[in-house]
Amino acid sequence: MSKKNISFSSLIISNIVPLIFLLFSIAAIPLSGLTPTYLVQEMVTRLGRNTFLVLSLLVPVMAGMGLNFGMVLGAMAGQIGLILVVDWGIGGIPGLLIAALVATPLSILLGYFCGFIMNKAKGREMVTSYILGFFINGVYQFVVLYCMGSIIPVSDPELLLSRGYGIRNTMALPGLRQALDGLVSVEASGITIPVISLLVTLVFCLLLTWFNKTKLGQDMRAVGKDMAVADGAGIPVERTRILAIIISTILASYGQIIFLQNIGTINTYSSHEQTGIFAIAALLVGGATVARATIGNVFMGVILFHLMFVVSPLAGKNFIGDAQLGEHFRVFVSYGIIAVTLLLHAWKRRRNLLAKQEGKSEENREDDVS
Amino acid sequence: MFQAFHLFQMIRSSNKGERQISSNPLLSIKNIQKDFYGNKVLEDISFDLDRGEIVGLVGENGAGKSTLMNILFGMPVIQKTGGYKGTVQLNGKDICFRDPVDAIEAGIGMVHQEFFLIPSFTATENILLNRESTQYNFLVELFGDRLQKLDRTAMKERAIRAIQTLGVDIHPDTLVSEMPVSYKQFTEIAREIDREQMKVLVLDEPTAVMTESEASTFLTAMKRLAARGIGQIFISHRLHEILEVCDKIVVLRDGKVIKNIPASEATLRNIASWMVGREVGTTSFRRARSADDQDTSVLLSIDKLKVDMPGERVKNVSLEVREGEILGIGGLAGQGKLGIANGIMGLYPAQGSIILNGKPLPLNNPLESLKAGVAFISEDRRGVGLLLNESLKLNIAFTAMQVKDRFIKRLPGGIKWQDWNELDASAKEFIDRLEIRCTGPDQRVVELSGGNQQKVCVAKVLAMEPKLLLASEPTRGIDIGAKQLVLEVLREFNQRDRTTIVMTSSELQELRSICDRIAIVYEGEIVGIVPADAPMEDIGLLMLGNKLVDEPTHA
Repeated sequence: MSKKNISFSSLIISNIVPLIFLLFSIAAIPLSGLTPTYLVQEMVTRLGRNTFLVLSLLVPVMAGMGLNFGMVLGAMAGQIGLILVVDWGIGGIPGLLIAALVATPLSILLGYFCGFIMNKAKGREMVTSYILGFFINGVYQFVVLYCMGSIIPVSDPELLLSRGYGIRNTMALPGLRQALDGLVSVEASGITIPVISLLVTLVFCLLLTWFNKTKLGQDMRAVGKDMAVADGAGIPVERTRILAIIISTILASYGQIIFLQNIGTINTYSSHEQTGIFAIAALLVGGATVARATIGNVFMGVILFHLMFVVSPLAGKNFIGDAQLGEHFRVFVSYGIIAVTLLLHAWKRRRNLLAKQEGKSEENREDDVS
Repeated sequence: MFQAFHLFQMIRSSNKGERQISSNPLLSIKNIQKDFYGNKVLEDISFDLDRGEIVGLVGENGAGKSTLMNILFGMPVIQKTGGYKGTVQLNGKDICFRDPVDAIEAGIGMVHQEFFLIPSFTATENILLNRESTQYNFLVELFGDRLQKLDRTAMKERAIRAIQTLGVDIHPDTLVSEMPVSYKQFTEIAREIDREQMKVLVLDEPTAVMTESEASTFLTAMKRLAARGIGQIFISHRLHEILEVCDKIVVLRDGKVIKNIPASEATLRNIASWMVGREVGTTSFRRARSADDQDTSVLLSIDKLKVDMPGERVKNVSLEVREGEILGIGGLAGQGKLGIANGIMGLYPAQGSIILNGKPLPLNNPLESLKAGVAFISEDRRGVGLLLNESLKLNIAFTAMQVKDRFIKRLPGGIKWQDWNELDASAKEFIDRLEIRCTGPDQRVVELSGGNQQKVCVAKVLAMEPKLLLASEPTRGIDIGAKQLVLEVLREFNQRDRTTIVMTSSELQELRSICDRIAIVYEGEIVGIVPADAPMEDIGLLMLGNKLVDEPTHA
């Protein structure tokens, strides 16, 4: 009996974050006054739009590199692909594919760079990749704001700022808007389902599951758990870590392309900035930690995080009469959840370190509690 | 003698050599020499290992065992410190590894003392780490071999096979984190066994963390491996294990092979005496004790002391130290000898009771200990002992100033002022007395060599004029001449000021040369206190945990 109690309470504790969000959303839904149909529609759309981006975070977590804030590098690569495709006037699915094709080598390059830097900062990957995001953002601005239209030819003057070079602040994606979502969309009881986007996401999940079972997947897990042991066994640790980041960056670029085709417009200089924070917050809301993240966490996280996203401004408005409050709460929560998770991670790591120093092997806790 | 024998053997093997490969020893270590920055740690080491043979390698800490194994295993530290002289032959071919991966490929396996396992992986995953069985799929053509899929069934079979070779019962799906210690060790060995080409297995104190029964299962597994023709080098401080399982015993002392004999010709007692060595010019400092010395009062009395110092845990120590004596504390590394002094000083969490000079000494409070007249030379001089960026004279005087108000002028109004003249004078005196090589009292300590830093540590505590001096490894890392000097000075203070000294050292010779009595610590407890002139082999046996009641017998 007592054993059951322990496992029940530990179940609650290990899922405390998703539970809190679930309870909050349940309380807020009636306050917001939104209809169930609307909510389901929103969730389905957002699953198709955001899941891919969040999935791109899984591989680095597996390789023990934490939450890859450097995924914004991939997002930037994706945006450059889209900008060029719009300029070339290619629409529809071919446009998206070519954008991906342009983004891939850029992502590999950026991913390699990011992985290389992270190998120099082992154990501090997250803060390194976070700051690296700012740095590459500068390079991105230089390329898009100065080089495009001057060095890199841009034929469509509509895209350029009035001074003749540099891309406008916002640009529409005329032929690309909802190209993937709209390809095959099914209407079921008033809800539009973007079949292909969801299918792409699903295929990718299967690929990830398969990847987990490959030799490279196993190597990444080994590197993630203990670099010294992996190195001793002859696994090329640094190379494996760079590969993990490259994979993550490429996927993030595809994710950003899927995300933007749904939205239909690009905020040239800010679309990518929020990508990392929101994807990471969603993953964490789904119950993942810095050391462990599953596909289940991704779906759970996307649904819960975006449920709150949709519900909280209206709930705030109806409850207190100020929509801004809900908005503030939303921002507060997404940054807060990241801070708390990092804190928990640091605390756990410290405790394990102390336990190790005392000679007790409590290594298993590190993985299980999370 | 030994070398002549070896030469003879070499000639013999070279005669037969080409025709009959198997007459070559599996592994042959010849005239290995190694020094670290001019400090000789291995001198002319030679021995052979045959197929299916188990060689026991014994020696005190610092005798050179680890260095020898590092050479054999191609550890990078060897190359970085200038390589080594001599040859290592495997199957009659010269080998020289650049890194451990080379050694593994050549068929040398190493089982480490600390586990090289991933706790959250299963036994199977650990045994086959980076040698997993895989299946082909078309993506391999695009992205390379690492995208092959793991073949879990085949992996499990291989793991079971390796585990069965050892004759133990580990479920291949058990997580390493949930295993008892011995199973972890078995998992490590199973990993080595799975390598087809494994010929030589080095076992570095694998049983140190095991219980008796676990160890005996382990020894059985070793014999099974030997029967399969795998040569093993077994390092252990548990001599009865060595005697039980080894065919040959090689005793190292101070970087030399002292004995290389079949196990059948050795006994516990003579291995112990070979390990610790004979007396060499040790009478220099010990004064003749007169009878009335025995009657002096007890200065320090420790009762049931427990100290939680990582790696040097003290479990239960009761001890009395008489006023004016020098008590030595000896024992092998990791048994807890360093924990005692650290516990008395309050540097690590301690329990129990300590009575100094009739008054109870509060535990876990370094300042109180200092104020009560206890001074401490730390074994960790860079961490605890010195203010590296300050001048020599300040280092010498610092603690005395803090605790004893020495070197301080009182100005009217209660203002305390450093007395620079006295500081200088005392620093100069110590520099002369201990022959500290420096430019003067104002030189920063960080600029001094290690040995001279150690001398500053000694000067620092002597400046406190302590009642009780705890000296932990006071001569660690300094050369012979300086060692003599430090010991001389300690003895001098002991006689002139009647400073009671408790000296902890891993060098038995040193303890014997200066102490009146020696307490030996084993597994966190004192197994015996003997007079300093007790026979070496008795002390050796104590260090290995054998009480001196009668000839020890082991199950």
